[in-house]
Amino acid sequence: MSAPDLDLDCRGLRCPLPIIKLGNGIGDVPVGGTVGVVAEDPAARTDVPAWCRMRGQEYLGEETAPDGLPRYLVRRLR
Amino acid sequence: MTNATGSPTAAGGVTSANPATAYLDAASGEPLHPAAREVLLAALDAGWADPLRLHGPGRNARLLLDNAREVVGSLLGARPDEVTFTSSGTAAVHLGVLGLLLGRVRVSRRLLHSAVEHSAVFAAARWWQAVHDGTAAPVAVQHGGRLDVDRLTRLLAGEEAGVVAVQAANPEVGTLQPLDDVVAAAGDVPVFVDACAAVGHTDLPPGWSAAAASAHKWGGPAGVGVLLVRKSARWRAPYPTDDRTDPRVSGFENVPAALAAAAALQAVLAERDEVADRQRRLVAKVRTEVPRLVEDVEVVGEPDERLPHVVTFSCLYVDGEALVTELDRLGFGVASGSACTASTLRPSHVLEAMGVLTHGNVRLSLSRTTTAADVDRFLAALPGVVAGLRSRGAVS
Repeated sequence: MSAPDLDLDCRGLRCPLPIIKLGNGIGDVPVGGTVGVVAEDPAARTDVPAWCRMRGQEYLGEETAPDGLPRYLVRRLR
Repeated sequence: MTNATGSPTAAGGVTSANPATAYLDAASGEPLHPAAREVLLAALDAGWADPLRLHGPGRNARLLLDNAREVVGSLLGARPDEVTFTSSGTAAVHLGVLGLLLGRVRVSRRLLHSAVEHSAVFAAARWWQAVHDGTAAPVAVQHGGRLDVDRLTRLLAGEEAGVVAVQAANPEVGTLQPLDDVVAAAGDVPVFVDACAAVGHTDLPPGWSAAAASAHKWGGPAGVGVLLVRKSARWRAPYPTDDRTDPRVSGFENVPAALAAAAALQAVLAERDEVADRQRRLVAKVRTEVPRLVEDVEVVGEPDERLPHVVTFSCLYVDGEALVTELDRLGFGVASGSACTASTLRPSHVLEAMGVLTHGNVRLSLSRTTTAADVDRFLAALPGVVAGLRSRGAVS
């Protein structure tokens, strides 16, 4: 998929910091826009989708960033 | 704990500065039941000798040990010779899983277990693969933590299995597993049931070939596990044994502790309905009130099919360890399935398998003496604690 509207670099951050960055960053894209969370913390794989469910946002799935780390993609719905 | 002369003493230790301490971590260890204390002290005097010996003190110890086996067996739906005392619930799990697997090697070396089993089952699974050249596969659970029985059925239809291991209840989130359905789905495949979190709190349904329990989870002393093995089950000892009183374990039995564990179980089951009713009401209150009092909280686990005394929730944007530390400072002893510390990078495999928020997790587990006032004080303190930690992280 094309690059997200906002890419959050959460390399080296441990839970819950990537999710705090996501919570702060989602407001920086318009409704319908996308946010990527690049994180090596294994908790992010569970916590990004859980955050989407709790906050009424859409989890789009996981892809791989150029350095091989996972990027979790979120679409702002509200 | 030692004093200046180096002799062991129970005095001193870490105490809370707050006199209002509420212990809300009974699923890690229930305080010793008064009935167990009484029996333990008496049995230390009467049951110290080697139960294998034929002299008077030895026969006394043997009598107490046999009595403990009989009481625990009758309370859990087992014959006395199906009961083994181990050094912990974890040891009983290892023996139960591996022993059943070894009894089935001619049929299959494949272990199937739920994805939310206690780490003791995962450890046994790794051992099975590394030492016995077996295989092991986790079976997915639903969002509430219940095993997906349809999935288990499909896995069993696809390839013969040696053993199916499913817990009676999950210790982290309190969800009860559909054991009757699991036993039906397993058919001829022996089922191992880890009942460590459940015994003393809910019934242990029949249908197991082997099962494990842990005395300090029901108010008995720590250091006593119970392994149940059906006489009809093919079970082979995975570790060396000896020719003492029990063919499934080795070494000198802790007779006083086993008897105290039996006494505690008897006492706890006699008062269980009343205690569980009270706990259920308090847990229901926590499940309703926490999301009302604190924003962005997810209460996890099945709403109804659950242990009476355990309730778990996760708070967005908060470090679980910080929550535990801050609540302890205010006098509340709770546990967390979150792993935000440097030592354990992986989050709780249970929360992960359920697909629920893994950070900011808090587990309350009520002891038999937890009061409504304890829970009310906790509910009054929680919003301030979460707000304080969130303001440090500063989510706008």
